[in-house]
Amino acid sequence: MSSRPVIELDNFQIDLGGRPILKRLTCALHGRCIGLLGPNGAGKSTLINALLGFHAPSFGTARLFGRDIRAEINVLRHRIGYMPESDSFIAEMTGVQFVRYMAELAGLPARQALERAHEAFFYVGLGEARYRRVGTYSLGMKQMAKLAQAIAHGPRLLFLDEPTNGLDPPGRNRMLRLIREIRDTEGMHIVLSSHLLRDVEECCDEVFILKDGRVAGQTNLEAERAANRKFLELEVSGQASSLPEAFQSLGCECALFGNTRLKLVLPDAVEIRELYAIAAQRGTQIRKMTYRRDSLEDIFLTAMEANGGEAGSLHRAGSPRSNGGRNGRL
Amino acid sequence: MAVYKRAYKPYTGSLTPTWSRFLILPRYAFRTVFRSKILTGYFVLCFVPFIVSLAIIYLYNNPIARTLIGMREDQNFPFSIGGRFFYYLLRIQAGMAFLLNIWVGPTLVSPDLVNNALPLYLSRPFSRTEYVIGKMSVLFMLLGGITLIPDLLLYGIQATLAGGGWFMSHLDLAGAIVASSLIWIALMSLLSLAMSAWVKWRIAASGLLFGFFVVTAGFGAIFNEVVRTYWGKVLNIDYVFSVIWQDLFNVSTVTGISRRWVGTFREQDVPVGIAWLVLAALCSAALFMLNKRLRAREVVRG
Repeated sequence: MSSRPVIELDNFQIDLGGRPILKRLTCALHGRCIGLLGPNGAGKSTLINALLGFHAPSFGTARLFGRDIRAEINVLRHRIGYMPESDSFIAEMTGVQFVRYMAELAGLPARQALERAHEAFFYVGLGEARYRRVGTYSLGMKQMAKLAQAIAHGPRLLFLDEPTNGLDPPGRNRMLRLIREIRDTEGMHIVLSSHLLRDVEECCDEVFILKDGRVAGQTNLEAERAANRKFLELEVSGQASSLPEAFQSLGCECALFGNTRLKLVLPDAVEIRELYAIAAQRGTQIRKMTYRRDSLEDIFLTAMEANGGEAGSLHRAGSPRSNGGRNGRL
Repeated sequence: MAVYKRAYKPYTGSLTPTWSRFLILPRYAFRTVFRSKILTGYFVLCFVPFIVSLAIIYLYNNPIARTLIGMREDQNFPFSIGGRFFYYLLRIQAGMAFLLNIWVGPTLVSPDLVNNALPLYLSRPFSRTEYVIGKMSVLFMLLGGITLIPDLLLYGIQATLAGGGWFMSHLDLAGAIVASSLIWIALMSLLSLAMSAWVKWRIAASGLLFGFFVVTAGFGAIFNEVVRTYWGKVLNIDYVFSVIWQDLFNVSTVTGISRRWVGTFREQDVPVGIAWLVLAALCSAALFMLNKRLRAREVVRG
């Protein structure tokens, strides 16, 4: 994480229709990929809209890359890409025309805009469909086209509002892979707002949790992962019943679930390769090894409980609710 | 981010000047507008008054050509080329351009609102004002192309053919052409954009724009009859424009009476000052509607 905050909020308040939607938010977010979490109506999209300059703050300040959004929004918008949650496109244009148009509006000269529009379309996997009218695209294709228009002008900060909405599993995986790739580009930052905890967990290194327009939590996932790296989940093939005893002889705490799954806490002195060696001696193979950590769901639920409410309508996509305890309990 | 690399790379090249970005909108809009063959055909048809006027100016200034079409050499031309000529020419062109406006205008804003594209425009270094100016420039270019530009060309041709004397005695005519065309185009564009922003549906916006001119004029006429006044005329936009144009071109129509500012108007005529106020009120209303509707996000009160 960089030392200078990507987003700084200081008593930042947004009132809409005479009601406070975001209430005196104060935080400094440094992550390369910042997950924005919260139940419906928590103010996630409002925060993104406010940071884009769509809503003027009633109170306080917000800074992106150290620049005040009120005073320097036009400078900042050169460096921002935005993928809205709802359908946003120009139906009668072809995909490549649409993305080129948007890139030109962001300040790219026509030729470069065309070049990057083609590249963006190939990058998001819609290369073959780039000459089709956007209005004829499927929901998944529209999501990808929205991502293409958000990145075509090469922004440094990308706001993604529910990017996996309406995507089938392969589409979702592709979208998440792209987000991770973009995140790993040097100097690039992403703000990802999603209902899906797993999406945030897979992509983000920092989460900012909102509830009723207030800060409910802020967690550095990278640090959390580092702190809990010695909690392991193993999946083995073959007979695993003798493994717990062997691992315990190394000083590990170990528990067997079913015939093939083990959870263990690794002492500092034990190396992971020693586990592989023990498994091999007993004729079993470690097929899968996962660092067990405090799951995002745990973090999220803690934040919600601490703020005296329910978690709302967040979903953990593709998996039942975590049965693990907090901080990697076995 | 080359195609073969398929990796994301931020853009580090040069950027276009901020002031010029509104011109991107007409460039893309014209592609869509002229995709319709009917519209293209109609646009060409809008140049007929220009061609006819060009022929008239040529004949007016060329006695040999007049004899060729059977006019006697000593026979005077039925009318002179001056303020009245350009006034009536502009009236005809404005009528044709009005139809073009109700056809093209609503196609500019409605699709963006229906497809929720405004957040995409406004999340870029591109303001709402630039958006409106960009969209208006499409109509300015189209409508100006069939009114202002041809009329100025005709004025220039007439000045060239008639010589310095005509030019010196009609210096104010160029200003009248420019001012009349521009205020008309500005109001038409604003109303067209505002109504399409308000109703969002393209066909309905066209109908509303057409209806606005017809219904308000009709309502004004009924009001005049019922209340036995002439102030209902201010609801007739076409009439309001004719009042202003006659003043600018310094002409009076057959039924008209020379109009001056509020103090000297005669019965049955709406004073020029009031006509200007009506236009200002319409422009303000259109700008208000645009300001209300053209937002990246709608805020629901309550």
